[in-house]
Amino acid sequence: MATTTGPAGTIAVSAARRDLARRQPRWRRELRRNAVAYLFLLPALALFALFLWWPIVNAFLISFQKVDLRNDPVWVGLDNFRTVINDPLFFRAWRNTLLYTVLALVFAYLVPVVLAIAINEVRGKDFFRLAFYLPGVLPPIVALLLWRWVFDPGPGLANTALGWVGLESQAWLQSADTVIPSILVITTWGGVGGAILYYLAALQGVPASLYDAAELDGAGLWRRAIDITIPQIRGVMLLFLVGQVIATMQLFTEVFVLTSGGPNNASVTVMLLLYRYAFEYNEFGNASALGVLIFLFLSVFSVGYLRMTFFKKG
Amino acid sequence: MAARLFPLARRPRGFDATERSLTSPLEMRRPAYRALYWATVTVLLLLALTTFVPLFWLFTGAMKTTQEFFRRPPTLWPENPSWENYERVWDRFNYARYFGNTLAIAFGAWLLQMLVTTTAAFSLSKLRPAFGNLLLFLFFSTIMVPGAILLVPRYLVVADVPLLHVNLLQTWWAIWLPGAVNGFGIFLLKTFFDNVPADLTDAATIDGASAWQLFTQIVLPLSKSALAVLTIGTVIGSWQDFFWPFLVLTGAPELNPIMVALNNFGSGGGNPLNLVIAGSAIAAVPPIILFLIFQRQIIRGINLTGLQG
Repeated sequence: MATTTGPAGTIAVSAARRDLARRQPRWRRELRRNAVAYLFLLPALALFALFLWWPIVNAFLISFQKVDLRNDPVWVGLDNFRTVINDPLFFRAWRNTLLYTVLALVFAYLVPVVLAIAINEVRGKDFFRLAFYLPGVLPPIVALLLWRWVFDPGPGLANTALGWVGLESQAWLQSADTVIPSILVITTWGGVGGAILYYLAALQGVPASLYDAAELDGAGLWRRAIDITIPQIRGVMLLFLVGQVIATMQLFTEVFVLTSGGPNNASVTVMLLLYRYAFEYNEFGNASALGVLIFLFLSVFSVGYLRMTFFKKG
Repeated sequence: MAARLFPLARRPRGFDATERSLTSPLEMRRPAYRALYWATVTVLLLLALTTFVPLFWLFTGAMKTTQEFFRRPPTLWPENPSWENYERVWDRFNYARYFGNTLAIAFGAWLLQMLVTTTAAFSLSKLRPAFGNLLLFLFFSTIMVPGAILLVPRYLVVADVPLLHVNLLQTWWAIWLPGAVNGFGIFLLKTFFDNVPADLTDAATIDGASAWQLFTQIVLPLSKSALAVLTIGTVIGSWQDFFWPFLVLTGAPELNPIMVALNNFGSGGGNPLNLVIAGSAIAAVPPIILFLIFQRQIIRGINLTGLQG
């Protein structure tokens, strides 16, 4: 944003002080300005370097080293990658993670779009917004402990509800067939509200004249939703699409707390595998190699994400 | 803007033809649309029920006696609602300590984050150093670096800080310092500071104000709403954070924040499920209250991030 007007003439200025500023050569003023500016940037530069920029570089370095917390790191070439790829769980973890992601795109991603459009049309918008956002306010650990109880094959609410409609009880988190859908129900339950907030904000920006024009042209409700509403909120939808993929590909806490990857590794994800390498087997090199693989996989999506959020504004 | 300046000059409701959404008021008079409308409301209400029922289950479950808690089929409403489980878990779980820890962690994280993000954003916005745009890019672009690649090297930094060679594991610094790295916060504040009129800052500079005075006396006081958004985010985030504190505080249970302690209490086994549920219910209350109080600021924060359309 460029400044167009100067303050000259609007404010009484001490003439002596202005002269003093003028007397300094230009390069010295510039140098001083930059020095002060970088002094202000110092805390951020130090912390970003230490906890972000260096770790990113180091992640690649470690992936070629054998690192534990006891001995000095040793270069091992591609050994870490070989170990990780030959792990019998490698394929299973990727398959599960991709399954989580595809299912999340079908449910967790589309549900809030539809709900937000519906909520925007009815009275009581504030109520519904609050109602759907409440689970998102719940701390994740509380939500997970609650859902573990809901899905408890003994006194759980889920089986009771199935009983009411005459269906058989399920083992939910304790069966290889139902564990992944069960976890997805939990993440969707917690995540829908936040996305709805953003979609509702976006929907406020859709010009009414577009709807009026379409209606005059005879477009029905469905046509208007598809041809006007969706294209108008496409920016946010794209962001959430990429965000959803990045988040679900790194699904961890839910699996870690609820099942530890079980039963019998049926719900194991790549992030859980990474955690095990680092913090159970003390093989930080292996973990970092897997991290690099996940990073490469997500790069396509991340670059897209960056382009949409940053360059659009620049 | 006009509505804020002249609160009485609101446009009459239902009069303005441009105030419509997907459906128009005229359409809503047709019976088919009325039916569709009420069907939509019904479905939304039913779905809202799926968010309320588990919450209801959480708070009432903890009010049941042990026998009632494990009965099948369960009772919907506690037969003899009592606070006993809440009281028992309060004593057994040592809430006071974990609440205190969480508050200390949240306060430190907030302080450090404020210090780091406001100074950086101020410098990039108002002092405009050389390579400022490159730095903004470096700060902001990293928000999409996946945690998968950061987890291990960040842990190694905390375990042995480069150059200084101190071990931050089992201290709150391991949470505070990485937590202050918030590229999104810098970006958000920078765009906000950009809107502080240059006339104002130029005038102050000519009057001899130092950069620090500009920062503390003009830019910060004019940015309270953006600071509030960041503050709420940091505090609620600290309250909910689990995995990183769990990781770096392993071996120092006396330092645990509430979520780590709750997970240990609930997942370790040995504690009866109804007490775990009572403990969870207590831990859920503060963020719910915070949200209800600051709802408007949180929504405003979403609008601030400029994600519309």
